[in-house]
Amino acid sequence: MLEVKNLQKSYEKDRPALTDISFDIKPGTFVAIIGPSGAGKTTILRSLNQLIKDDDGQILLDGDDIRTANKTQLRKFRRQIGMVFQNYNLVERLTVIENVLHGRLGYKSTLAGVFGRYTQEEKEEAMSLLKKVGLENFALKRCSELSGGQKQRVGIARSLIQHPKVILCDEPIASLDPASAQNVMELLKDLTEEYNLICIANLHQINMAKKYADQIIGIRKGKLVFDESSDLLSEDILRTLYDQDITEELE
Amino acid sequence: MMQSPTKYLAHKGWHQTAVIAIIGGIYVFGSWALDFNNLNGLIAVPKAFAWLGINFKPTANSMTYLPRIWQKLIQTVLLAISSTVVAAFVAIFVALLGSKVTGVNAFVQTIVRGIASFFRNIPLVAWSMILLFAFKQSDFTGFLALLLMSVGYLIRAFMEIIEDEASETMLALKATGASYFQVIFQAVLPQILPSILSWILYMIENNVRDATLVGILTGTGIGFIFDIYYKSFRFDAAGMTVLAIIIVVIALETISNQIRRVIL
Amino acid sequence: MINSEEKIIQKPKNPRSPQIKLHEKSLSRTMIFVVFISLVLITGYTLTHLDTAGVKVNVAFRELAMTLNQMFLQPNAGTDGVPLLLQALASSVMLSILTTIIGAVFGFLFAVLASKNLTNAYLGAGIRVVMAIVRAIPTIIWALIFSIVCGLGSTAAILGLSFHSIAYLTKAYSESIEGIDKSTIESLKVTGAKFWVIVFQAIWPTIVASFVSWTFIRLEINFANAIAVGAAAGAGGIGYQLFVVSGMSFDFHETGFIVYLVILVTFVLEFIAVKIRQFYLNR
Ligand SMILES: Nc1ncnc2c1ncn2[C@@H]1O[C@H](COP(=O)(O)OP(=O)(O)OP(=O)(O)O)[C@@H](O)[C@H]1O
Ligand SMILES: [Mg+2]
Repeated sequence: MLEVKNLQKSYEKDRPALTDISFDIKPGTFVAIIGPSGAGKTTILRSLNQLIKDDDGQILLDGDDIRTANKTQLRKFRRQIGMVFQNYNLVERLTVIENVLHGRLGYKSTLAGVFGRYTQEEKEEAMSLLKKVGLENFALKRCSELSGGQKQRVGIARSLIQHPKVILCDEPIASLDPASAQNVMELLKDLTEEYNLICIANLHQINMAKKYADQIIGIRKGKLVFDESSDLLSEDILRTLYDQDITEELE
Repeated sequence: MMQSPTKYLAHKGWHQTAVIAIIGGIYVFGSWALDFNNLNGLIAVPKAFAWLGINFKPTANSMTYLPRIWQKLIQTVLLAISSTVVAAFVAIFVALLGSKVTGVNAFVQTIVRGIASFFRNIPLVAWSMILLFAFKQSDFTGFLALLLMSVGYLIRAFMEIIEDEASETMLALKATGASYFQVIFQAVLPQILPSILSWILYMIENNVRDATLVGILTGTGIGFIFDIYYKSFRFDAAGMTVLAIIIVVIALETISNQIRRVIL
Repeated sequence: MINSEEKIIQKPKNPRSPQIKLHEKSLSRTMIFVVFISLVLITGYTLTHLDTAGVKVNVAFRELAMTLNQMFLQPNAGTDGVPLLLQALASSVMLSILTTIIGAVFGFLFAVLASKNLTNAYLGAGIRVVMAIVRAIPTIIWALIFSIVCGLGSTAAILGLSFHSIAYLTKAYSESIEGIDKSTIESLKVTGAKFWVIVFQAIWPTIVASFVSWTFIRLEINFANAIAVGAAAGAGGIGYQLFVVSGMSFDFHETGFIVYLVILVTFVLEFIAVKIRQFYLNR
């Protein structure tokens, strides 16, 4: 269970990027955060794993507050929260399997991590996750040789091997062609159910959000304006969210 | 490439271990061969700084050295600049002849490359000493030593710049039917000028440092007076000299960086 | 006919880039112009005021030609003999390798701590300032300073060369590290990895090729410095031999022999550097 209560954040004084954001998410839910550019979607997502230090509020993961964690505790929280990036953020010069195994680093001692020593089980799990995302034949390819969709699937495998409770995806399909985008969304949806995860994705594609998400959160100018099951998203709400008519996207 | 991932990772681990072991081995062997006691070396560092703190500390007296130090330092900087500029002037022509893009032909290119790396690799000590023999203890000796050293470096640097930055422009202008010299003066030189200047600035900084060595060997400039103070145990004056060098080198570096920021 | 051709040539000239850009460009052009002119003026002034100590330049050049002739066309091993010179050469090579290893290890550690995208601003700025000062002092002066404390010899030479190497490589490496995209670092941060784990799993693989080439550049510099320190600080090795034969016994045949040895070594070093770099780039 992820509970966010009264989250506040301003980058500059008197110009709040987030005001009073609260929502709950149950395990096994795929959530889409939508809203216009600059609304604060990235800010929310990055507060959830404290890449951005927010100003006030509470973020409770199964009842424990992430915001008050010290350095060591924060690392423990972070390994329970996977993240998938728009630009994949892989170490391009390393192989696919090495990048997947990076997800295990949070569980390692400094020495084992520095030298990249992984156990047999970890390697086997990495292989089985690569199979799951359909890349088992690419394990030894350098990441710089992959296509965007393939890179994103490596990124997803990397977050899964963390054994996360939550996966955060900041515009996971923004750099992908329609077919790869569909694949990635389907994959995320299936994984959410299979592992009973909380998956939160920032999306600009409303049709995708409507099609795959169970719950949709709408943000406008740093304020939460919608937080319901995805069936309830209507044209009216989209109009207030984006300040203009958005109809064709819905069909 | 079709090995198993487990095998690949194990292999990589071995490779890593082997590289670390080899480098460690070379280090241990080198320490032994050079009779370098690592522990004593480590202890010597704080000792040296303590010693510096006590002996290099400027005294009331050391201010009186300042005009002389300053004059020598200025002289050294001037020598560094002028040797670099003359070297750059020579190097740009040679580099144009020798680069793969603008070069005359393969034969000339090979010759130029050979000469450049030959010049570059003759030790500064050798230049200083044979020039000292012919030109005696004078600024001109220092100038020539720095010049000959810089020429080799700059030829190589300029050739690389031309090959990296000018090949496309060169093609584009050639396609318009311009002649060789038109292309050189209208396309190649304007294109590479900022990088050339950046290298010249770098070489000036470097030459100020190298001038110290040349000075110690040939009895000119700042190196010479440092050597005199050092050998006559006037450490307050030696310390003052080092301080002056630090200030000038850092000032030069800062100025160069500012210039680079504007031109690049 | 001519008229139309002129038009074609002139047309694209008029609607050029917008004004702001033009201004920027002209600033950099003015700067280049000003710097070049000042450099040339300084050079002109210096050369006309150069102290030649009353040496007749044409006589001196003739003498130089004779010396060069002896050096390069009639080299021989002189009174020291080949084995001794090879031994001295080996010790200079060892000195440069040793100090490059020290420089690379400490340089990398300091570079990580000094890079703007990795550490807190104060620590980084502190390290950068200290390194700039260390770099500003010529290697030879470092060696002389250390030789007061540890006595003339290899320890002083090693410390002196190492100091400058560390400062140089810290700057070079940290520039490579600062070129890394912030996102690569972030992607490991979110897995909960510790700082040094991120350094060796994300940063190291990304910069390894440029790490290798900077290190080998420094190795070449250190070899030159090892010779210089040997000559000017009496720290032994081939530099000392070179100093003795060219500055005390004036045996230019042997000087030439030593110079050829040195050039041979630098060619070998360069060759090895290219090979190793290729290996790391292709992996
Ligand atoms: N590092 C920063 N410093 C200052 N202001 C920032 C910073 N990052 C974001 N902001 C501001 O905070 C607000 C929210 O930004 P955020 O990146 O969260 O928007 P977003 O909803 O993710 O937009 P997009 O859809 O374009 O990615 C914006 O007004 C932005 O200008
Ligand atoms: Mg965003």
